[in-house]
Amino acid sequence: MKYFYMGVTAELESVADREAVEAIGDVMGREYGLPVRTVGLGPIDFAYDAGRGQWASIPVLENVLAQCPGDAAKILAVTTRDLFIPVLTFVFGQAQLGGRSAVVSLARLRQEFYHLPPDREIFLERAVKEALHESGHTLGLVHCADRACAMSLSTGVRQIDVKSASFCGPCAARARKAVNVI
Amino acid sequence: MKTHWQILVVDDEEVMCESLAAWLREDGYQVDTAMSGRDAVEKARQRDYAIYFIDLKMPGGMDGIETMMQVRTLHPEASIIIITAYATVDTAITAMKEGAQEYIVKPCNPEEISLLVSRIIKVKNLQRENTILRKKLARQYNFHDVISKNPRMQEVMALAHEISSLRSTVLIQGESGTGKEMVARAIHCAGDRASKPFVAVSCAALAETLLESELFGHEKGAFTGAAAQKRGKFELADSGTIFLDEIGDISSKLQCDLLRVLQERCFYRVGGNEEVHVDARVIAATHVNLQQAVADGKFRDDLYYRLNVIEIRIPPLRERREDVPLLARHFMERLGHELGKDVADFSEGALKVLMDYNWPGNVRELENAVERAMVTCRGRLLTEDDFAFLAHNGAKKPWSVPAGMSLQEMEKHLITATLQQTEGNIKEAAQILGIDRSTLYEKLKKYEIPR
Repeated sequence: MKYFYMGVTAELESVADREAVEAIGDVMGREYGLPVRTVGLGPIDFAYDAGRGQWASIPVLENVLAQCPGDAAKILAVTTRDLFIPVLTFVFGQAQLGGRSAVVSLARLRQEFYHLPPDREIFLERAVKEALHESGHTLGLVHCADRACAMSLSTGVRQIDVKSASFCGPCAARARKAVNVI
Repeated sequence: MKTHWQILVVDDEEVMCESLAAWLREDGYQVDTAMSGRDAVEKARQRDYAIYFIDLKMPGGMDGIETMMQVRTLHPEASIIIITAYATVDTAITAMKEGAQEYIVKPCNPEEISLLVSRIIKVKNLQRENTILRKKLARQYNFHDVISKNPRMQEVMALAHEISSLRSTVLIQGESGTGKEMVARAIHCAGDRASKPFVAVSCAALAETLLESELFGHEKGAFTGAAAQKRGKFELADSGTIFLDEIGDISSKLQCDLLRVLQERCFYRVGGNEEVHVDARVIAATHVNLQQAVADGKFRDDLYYRLNVIEIRIPPLRERREDVPLLARHFMERLGHELGKDVADFSEGALKVLMDYNWPGNVRELENAVERAMVTCRGRLLTEDDFAFLAHNGAKKPWSVPAGMSLQEMEKHLITATLQQTEGNIKEAAQILGIDRSTLYEKLKKYEIPR
């Protein structure tokens, strides 16, 4: 029996964070047709870059893979830390293309990050969309030209808000094919 | 399609290299990495990458600029993006001077890098499309692709090839559908003006004033509706070739203007006072006998001699029937791809029908006939039944009034023909002719037409 694992990093404490993990778990269970399990991943301080004040996503992803349970079809880690790769100022998440693990950051999905009043609904929607996007990469899906598809590239929250929390027809078909192989 | 394009990321720091590569792969590109300038040059030798991301500072005696220069000698068309963490104006200027397309400072915004790559790929897609279309066009108008085993036609093509690089004016004469424009394009494509524009104008399609403005352009306000200055076809064909089809149909005023262009190589735009100089090779074509038109006073003799520096006469298809099967098979093969029809060959009967037909519309008519037959055929072989419409076309000859007859003679012929059609039935013939039976009897008697 295979499971879809939600990896929760130690710093996830707020109610909103917990709600986001729950909402993401529901969508993943539906998309993958697999039972969802949660696993604690501990803190990710090892990835902290003091010069940038951010957390490097590659060591995080490696750590997630190292802690991936044997019965995991896929594992999606959720963190509140702001992630980056060296060449870019930030990333909303990162995934192994066609692999098992992915990580999504909630840091830039909150309205507060942009000095706006908190909005629970918008935050949860963004979290689900980005989680679906990163998990889609683990199924081998690449960025989609359809701006409404969850697999379209988002380099800012506006683009996340424009897209829907589902795949377009061709991406959904590719995702189903990949899920069937699991 | 993104997957066609390959990207090489060059950076001595593995994490930098791999993270950017992974990010670009998520965008659907095929990405390779190189950990040094030498490694990058080696990989560039083996593969043609569309975009290179090269880090400016790399150890080992080969920095980003040096790597870029070596890559550019191998692939001058490659787009190179220099990345650096230590931006200075000097390095940026050096990078751009040496041919970098962009210069980015890391860490950079994901949106910036995403837009940059998609902009470059968009240009590359257009460049590739352009190359493919150019190749297709060159193939389409290549002399080697002119299908004929007729000695006269081969002479025509040999002459056309010989004169392709000259500037001399060419006059192509031939019936409609013989391929005058195709020969003109082949001359253009084989000569040293091939990379310059080929501008075709049908002189018969436009009224005199419109044609004048079409050929020579006009100034703003030259006439009602001339809201802005417009360049004419002669200006558009500068350094290239202008093809003037149906030249025999132009008015005497335009003949005069054209003569001036051919003599002086300059003209005035409609409503303009400034002379415009052009270097366009003129290839003219006509389906009428220009020599006869000159003799009849309909075409200026001085213009005729100016145009007729090199004369090419394309024989009609009925005078080179040996080409009919060759051309028919060529069209079948080409149209098979276009129509998505798997038709293998012509039956012997079908070929006989094609060989016997007179082809008044020449090669164009043959092409259309093959297309029509292929659209309606059911099997893999085109038979004579598929070309039954040709017999119908042949029977329906256009009717023309026989000149030099009196009205009475005409009436006699008409009554005789109508009676033949009705097989001597007076009542029916009178109905067709729209007269009373008694009137018809009178006319039969008057013209002594036997019943």
